[in-house]
Amino acid sequence: MALLEVDDLSVTFSRRGQRTVRAVDGVSFSVDAGEVVGLVGESGCGKSVTSLAIMGLLPKQPGLAVGGKAVFDGTDLLQLDDRSRRDIRGRDVAMIFQDPLSSLNPVIPIGLQVTEVLARHRGMKGAAAEKEAAALLDRVGIPDPKRRLKEYPHQLSGGMRQRALIAMAVACKPRLLIADEPTTALDVTIQAQILELLKELVRDSGTALVMITHDLGVVAGMCDTINVLYAGRVVETARRRPLFREPRHPYTVGLLGSVPRLDAGRGERLNPIPGSVRDVLPWPDGCAFAPRCSRRVDECVGEPPQLVLTYDGRGYRCVNPAPVPGTEPGQEVRDTVPTQAAPGSVPAQAEPNDPPTVPGLGPAPSEEETA
Amino acid sequence: MSDDDILVEVRDLKVHFPIKRGVIFDRTVGHVKAVDGVDLRIPRGKTYGLVGESGCGKSTLGRALLQLTPPTDGQVVFDGVELTTLPAGKLRTMRRRMQMIFQDPMSSLDPRQNVESILTEGLQTHGIGKDRDDRRRIIGETLDAVGLPRWALSRYPHEFSGGQRQRIGIARALVLGPELIVADEPVSALDVSIQAQVVNLLDELQDSLGLTYLVIAHDLAVVRHISDMVGVMYLGALVEEAPSDRLYTEPLHPYTRALMSAVPVPDPDVEDRRERILLAGDLPSPANPPSGCRFHTRCPWAQPTRCADERPVLREIGASRVACHWAEQIASGELRPHKVSAEVVRPEGEGETPGVVSAPSEPGSYV
Repeated sequence: MALLEVDDLSVTFSRRGQRTVRAVDGVSFSVDAGEVVGLVGESGCGKSVTSLAIMGLLPKQPGLAVGGKAVFDGTDLLQLDDRSRRDIRGRDVAMIFQDPLSSLNPVIPIGLQVTEVLARHRGMKGAAAEKEAAALLDRVGIPDPKRRLKEYPHQLSGGMRQRALIAMAVACKPRLLIADEPTTALDVTIQAQILELLKELVRDSGTALVMITHDLGVVAGMCDTINVLYAGRVVETARRRPLFREPRHPYTVGLLGSVPRLDAGRGERLNPIPGSVRDVLPWPDGCAFAPRCSRRVDECVGEPPQLVLTYDGRGYRCVNPAPVPGTEPGQEVRDTVPTQAAPGSVPAQAEPNDPPTVPGLGPAPSEEETA
Repeated sequence: MSDDDILVEVRDLKVHFPIKRGVIFDRTVGHVKAVDGVDLRIPRGKTYGLVGESGCGKSTLGRALLQLTPPTDGQVVFDGVELTTLPAGKLRTMRRRMQMIFQDPMSSLDPRQNVESILTEGLQTHGIGKDRDDRRRIIGETLDAVGLPRWALSRYPHEFSGGQRQRIGIARALVLGPELIVADEPVSALDVSIQAQVVNLLDELQDSLGLTYLVIAHDLAVVRHISDMVGVMYLGALVEEAPSDRLYTEPLHPYTRALMSAVPVPDPDVEDRRERILLAGDLPSPANPPSGCRFHTRCPWAQPTRCADERPVLREIGASRVACHWAEQIASGELRPHKVSAEVVRPEGEGETPGVVSAPSEPGSYV
């Protein structure tokens, strides 16, 4: 049993007179203790809404509907009432937000904001709490922590603020940490510091980490398992090496081809994905990525593609995936036993033996094999 | 760098912003040295990339080059004409030949102007095109060049997606037929897949129109992808300048090395293998920069002699120019990195009442 099992999570925003928005549409993934799971996607793909829904932080407004399950250690986080959710939040599950300046309270000193967590969950008070808070700031690499405690967020630099936020998140040694674009607002050298700090925390304490980001470079260095999201659904899930070496879903292939690489030469043209995130097909009518996809076939439109599972625990939601170099398209699925897929990574709606290509279609064009 | 055809030459450019205190008497209590002595040359038809972290002065340098922010000192020579002393009228006619692309397309496009009006404004200002039809023809050609449909003309900026808005910004710069384009973070507000489209567009436009670019960005991978020559800035000065391939294979300045090692690469094998140089602490305040080499407070290779008291000048090593006293020794492995403890850096002066940093009045938005 994994630490966190998200099963068929869906979030819809509906408003009278307006189109219902399915921000998250049947997302399933699981996180084990000590594992780093990445959720990757462009803006609007539902990655942040997923994290807010798990944490129960979506604004309570009419028209909001959250469905599915998010089972953390036997309890479904989505079914909890506010009181018991507050007991878990901050103690067992903690979150790191993107912009530290807007998620820290500007009129309260850092020290008070850190000790608040300690007082609520660990019952610490006064000097003991202050000492613990100083130790926490020291642990996340803030110099001269005693003095920092009395300071306000605006007196710290961006990197220090993010460290303070991480200190608050890890104050109660949570078993699950959700980091929503923790380094997007920071410079690269500061980003490297923060990522190193997060890696250390995971390694030392066995905390599970859900890393939400748009940066494929960040997930390549950190995550064990990666879920690629598009238009509210997971379109590909894989361990990190197979994902980067042999991406199967055309969207993943496109994303990897779009990123300029530091170690590539000057003059190589990028292979961008045509169109924009606005050109989506609603999922019930077929694959949402079909309007932008270079491997589109007739089967893409009509009904949503099922999640196809292959032997190494990876899955992709595509009827005409990019071929693995060196194999015939579809061969590796038929030849291997699907039960080798890692337990826990089998989402409910998966159909294991579904062949990934349409028979009789022949080998697909191979221009985007390498990316 | 080849000396054959230099379009832009910047000599010892300085931009200092006064820090003012007081209510009745505006006392100047210091200066933020945003750009402090930069020399660079951009050959015609090439791309010069400028990278650095936020606050290093790269955007100010771009604006000062176009005289959008008046430089405090130094010269900018554009195609043989010295811009800093040029009278306003003449400068305005020169502006047709040098245009800018801004970072955030939503805030740099007027929400109440439709695309046709945005593109016509510059043509009218510079008297390009005989009549309305002629202007329409020029605008139509520009739209084709940036890959926007003709129906876009009657639409307003909010009706477009981020990538299309950035194309409008590019079209606005291109419509005047400029020779130099300064692109300040042209893709950093865009999604990855859209970013690649815009980067490719900039590349194609350069090939077909022979444009010269100064690309300013914080993303080293983007800059290296698009540039022939890359300049790395730290606290208002260039620390290294090198051809883009060489910058990756042979970074000479310690800051460049740290920057290179911090950029994530979307390849797990590379990520696991490579060695990271983590810098301690944050960027020092440009109002009170460290003495000597500005990087010595965070430099893992800093030496007890020279680094703290002698400001290094850019000197040529191979095809690169680097501002480091010990570049050769570091490259040969003679000097080893050591650990640096982080110093506390304040966003503004020690938490007192923040001083008002007043930028000199901007010369308006005649783009």
